[in-house]
Amino acid sequence: MSRATREAYRDALIPLLARHPELICLDSDTGLFGAEQVAAAGEQYLNLGIAEQNLMGMAAGMAACGRVPFVNTMAAFATSRALEAIKIDIAYNGLPVRIMATHGGLAAGHLGPTHQALEDLAVMRVLPGMTVVVPADAAATEAVLEQSLHLPGPLYVRLGRKATPALPPGPPPVIGKAQTLREGGDVVLAACGAYPVLACLAAAEELAGHGIEATVLNMHTLRPLDTEALVAAAGPADLVVTLEEHWRGGGLGGAVAETLAERAPVRVLRLGVPDTFVDQVGNQEHLIAHYDLTAERVVRAVRTALDTAARSGTTHRKEHVS
Amino acid sequence: MTGALLERAEPETLAAVAARIRRHVVDMCAGPEGGHLGGGLSCTDVLTALYFSVMNADPLRPADPDRDRFLLSKGHAALALYATLAERGYFPVEELAEFGRPGSRLMGHPVRAVPGVELPTGSLGHGLPLACGFALANRYAGRTSRSFVLLGDGELQEGSVWEAAIAAASLGLDRLVAIVDCNGLQLTGPTEGIAPMEPLAERWSSFGWSVREVDGHDPALLAEHLGAGPWEPGKPSVLLARTVKGQGLPFLAGRAASHYVTLSPRNHSRARNALRATEATA
Repeated sequence: MSRATREAYRDALIPLLARHPELICLDSDTGLFGAEQVAAAGEQYLNLGIAEQNLMGMAAGMAACGRVPFVNTMAAFATSRALEAIKIDIAYNGLPVRIMATHGGLAAGHLGPTHQALEDLAVMRVLPGMTVVVPADAAATEAVLEQSLHLPGPLYVRLGRKATPALPPGPPPVIGKAQTLREGGDVVLAACGAYPVLACLAAAEELAGHGIEATVLNMHTLRPLDTEALVAAAGPADLVVTLEEHWRGGGLGGAVAETLAERAPVRVLRLGVPDTFVDQVGNQEHLIAHYDLTAERVVRAVRTALDTAARSGTTHRKEHVS
Repeated sequence: MTGALLERAEPETLAAVAARIRRHVVDMCAGPEGGHLGGGLSCTDVLTALYFSVMNADPLRPADPDRDRFLLSKGHAALALYATLAERGYFPVEELAEFGRPGSRLMGHPVRAVPGVELPTGSLGHGLPLACGFALANRYAGRTSRSFVLLGDGELQEGSVWEAAIAAASLGLDRLVAIVDCNGLQLTGPTEGIAPMEPLAERWSSFGWSVREVDGHDPALLAEHLGAGPWEPGKPSVLLARTVKGQGLPFLAGRAASHYVTLSPRNHSRARNALRATEATA
């Protein structure tokens, strides 16, 4: 079932506010909350206007006085414009502010580079103490929201804009634990977000037809990264491929490459948005196809890499490359 | 009187406390790293009024949820805040000698490790949004405690200050008090020559704040204004404290060069003598 993660968040937050009087929803005129939700939230909803630095600072001040603020803005504005307030006022103090960032990755579609967030994961995951999560679908978003109630420090949640497809049914994600969606010993495909995770699942299916077995990891939590799951999956593999709606540097691919270089050296291919700003109109699906963040691309990358490795004699799984 | 609260102290007494704090500030600037001497001395009387007369703040109960809260948004004046907190009894005055020395917690900008510091500050333009958060949370909790924040006049060039000014007025945070240390100078020169902000009173008032303007070097007068509030129900208050950068040191007062100073032994003794002379004529 297709559903927007930001809508799933909004609809789950309202009843949560009623159950937890310490929670407060601070908005920056995002338009996410309709009159009905605003009325239901009562005093626990406040629209502070288009002022993201003040939004983060006020949230930190309230958190220092015992409240748990959910702040709402677009990912692009949260992590660029308000970055210093997040770093100094929220992360430095380890305060339980929940940064609910919509329009993550290419989700802003035709709105253009000002509204795309292709650096947010890189920026957020280097902040000490910051938990960084990319729920892949609506159900995962609800699970993250529930689990956030037990998180003492700050949290960054990357949400989408329009409806995105759901992952195949399975247990909900646990913050900090990678989800193994498929197991195979030859390559590891690690992704975050709806389209990349689904692309990796489809790629794994296709690769199996070529005799290449892939483990597929939904690395929904970039910090703290589940290094144990990653190292265990990468151990027997000849190649790890990451796929994300993010510039190639610093995001999931960066986190995976850093970890594996130290813990279980293996070749890592980082697939993401190339080093460029979005240059044309298109919805999320169009832009994903335009930048080739697809199952076909993953298959091609894996086959080329293993083929090259086989010819140079550096892989122990030559029989898989046929 | 170190460490004791001077309840509604006599003017002489507040002035005497301020004089002691000034001596600490000067001493700290004679340490290995020097310090923000000018801006520390310009806000000393404001800090004295707040901590020794106005605020409900008890070093024995620093986490009291009903306490008044203070933020030093112009975090570079940390040395003056440390001296004030030590004099007020939050930590031993002797520790001030550690300012700027390797391993000390007394960093150049306030950190939470220092008893009495609510939240770290230093990058300009953060204090007012944070204080708005304090004030709003206290209002939700039904507390009558007040939130104070001290800003520099140069700091008003940061846009986030005005984002928060809008929010505070629109939310009617009348238990919030901002104080602007108007010493007229920033790092490289006169504030009015770099980014003119006058008429300041009209600017704040047009943003929906209740504004007063006073001599920032009269701690008793400052205490009188800051102690009585809100000045207008439903409006946040801002006190424009007209001050002198480097107050008390004739050889540096009113000069941008006083911004960051490492006092040589000779200049340290010159500064101590100048403070004594100023106090004698006060």
